[in-house]
Amino acid sequence: MAARRLAEDQPASFAFTAENLAWAKECIAKYPEGRQASAVIPLLWRAQEQSGGWLPQKAIEHVAELLGMARIRVLEVATFYTMFNLAPVGQFHVQLCGTTPCMLRGSDALKGICERRIGEQLHVTDDGKFSWIEVECLGACVNAPMAQINYDYYEDLTPVSFEKVLDELAAGRTPKPGPQIDRQLSAPVGGPTTLTTLSKT
Amino acid sequence: MLDDKDRIFRNLYGQDDWGLTGARARGAWDGTKGFIEKGRDWLVNEIKASGQRGRGGAGFATGLKWSFMPKLVGERPHYLVVNADESEPGTCKDREVMRHDPHLLVEGCLIAGAAMAANTAYIYIRGEFVRERERLQAAIDQAYEAKLIGRNNVHGFDFDLVLHHGAGAYICGEETALLESLEGKKGMPRLKPPFPANMGLYGCPTTVNNVETIAQVPDILRRGAAWFAGIGRANNTGTKLYCISGHVERPCNVEDAMGTPLRELIDRHAGGVRGGWDNLLAVIPGGSSMPMIPAGPDQADTLLMDFDGCRDKKSALGTAAVIVMDKSTDIIRAMARISYFYKHESCGQCTPCREGMGWMWRLLNRMAEGRAAKAEIDMLYEVTTQIEGHTICAFGDGAAWPVQGLLRHFRPEIERRIDEYTANPHPEPIPVAAE
Repeated sequence: MAARRLAEDQPASFAFTAENLAWAKECIAKYPEGRQASAVIPLLWRAQEQSGGWLPQKAIEHVAELLGMARIRVLEVATFYTMFNLAPVGQFHVQLCGTTPCMLRGSDALKGICERRIGEQLHVTDDGKFSWIEVECLGACVNAPMAQINYDYYEDLTPVSFEKVLDELAAGRTPKPGPQIDRQLSAPVGGPTTLTTLSKT
Repeated sequence: MLDDKDRIFRNLYGQDDWGLTGARARGAWDGTKGFIEKGRDWLVNEIKASGQRGRGGAGFATGLKWSFMPKLVGERPHYLVVNADESEPGTCKDREVMRHDPHLLVEGCLIAGAAMAANTAYIYIRGEFVRERERLQAAIDQAYEAKLIGRNNVHGFDFDLVLHHGAGAYICGEETALLESLEGKKGMPRLKPPFPANMGLYGCPTTVNNVETIAQVPDILRRGAAWFAGIGRANNTGTKLYCISGHVERPCNVEDAMGTPLRELIDRHAGGVRGGWDNLLAVIPGGSSMPMIPAGPDQADTLLMDFDGCRDKKSALGTAAVIVMDKSTDIIRAMARISYFYKHESCGQCTPCREGMGWMWRLLNRMAEGRAAKAEIDMLYEVTTQIEGHTICAFGDGAAWPVQGLLRHFRPEIERRIDEYTANPHPEPIPVAAE
């Protein structure tokens, strides 16, 4: 378990934009009548996106109201699921995988880079661009070590290529997600050992 | 090795079109209507005859699981829920299915829904898989558009498919925690019984299946149960997606026959163990919850990668995520990191798990330095047995087994490190209170 608490500094209010509200209503309609609480995670997610990557208390309350749920129930969900950031994060939030398969392939060195360039975990750099956190297995283990930056996976990292990805982001460019070495996604380096005799469809 | 024509996931590496056109060219959505028209019993029996066992970790017979659903639909609707919360360390196979062969999954959902009279299915995908979610949603939209699913579709079985996502909690891969999460609560596992087939999602009859399991179903029906049953060994049939990670030359995902020898799997597809087979220290055969198997003639060297083969070596196939560790690995640290994972991901509902995880992690961390007493090795083992079997869900077992595996096979290494530490006195560190 991770102890997670709401941030000290909180904005005074939160309300979905008209566009997001329409989206939220569509989302709630996906679930059976009276089961609108099912939409709590997608709605909190959208609220986090609207707030610039983190979830203020007022947003949690707004979602509770929208779904007719007790505030405490939504607060429970927001604190239980670790992808909800309860304090502001950088424009590029680096989630570095440190679980054993990534550790075996050198994620410790990448952690060092994050500490040097960004600072402590969940610290936001002065320019507001970067923050980082060590997360548990992100499910790309044959492309280890890897990091998720906002919504994209950057895989098969080395200290050099990881720094390059961060440099590109800092310069306002978007590096190509996926493997950072010459490789067809999760196929072995050098080309697949299977699926080689099928005719091209 | 499995022949290419016998592989189910023919776009595993995304080398081809993932969309409806590409999927159709690879054979998806062919003959689906005919299967559904044959009725529930035929579908369930065909899957039973194929011998398919769940691909998500527990290895429960799929056909049997489906047969637990009520025969008639009463007041409560039936639900199919697909577990796409792939988070077991080492496992990254469902991701490839969802982003490269999503139509196999969508088609499988329809067929499985028909086999259980479930007109609605939910796919629960982990929150981190944002791009995969977008891809899968696009495939679902294509299927709706082409009237393959939805109300009044061409298959004559009304079927709605909803893609739902989580937000970063490993425990939601446990089926009842997943249902809780889908209902909008914290992902805390439920006591069983009642089993989901009686009281699942929204209190209705529900079956939860893994992505790979469901995505295999259409091809099993198309090629026949006998074809699937003819691959692998009795009780361990079919093909399997293996994820080979860690200290190998070329880590990869690959689909091969069940029962492929571990060594063949690693040598043929992953370029061998780094530094050669003799450099192997140990493997974890089925994702981090399963006990490791050390190198050696009676151990990893002769391991057959299927349910019974792994059980024979006192481990389990789990998700077939092979984590390879060579002799450069600090095995105690590697296991301590796995313990940290479980400490972080424990939902906190059951005391033995919530407290025990942190306890095991702190002790293993000290053991990695050698800063422990030898008596604590037995104490650690004792703690694992206090967790195992004493929690609501199998998470407790899954965290205790890897530690037991370490103690079973690497006790001398732990003792050696303790000896080394005690031979060089260090100032006593300041004790840190438990969190």
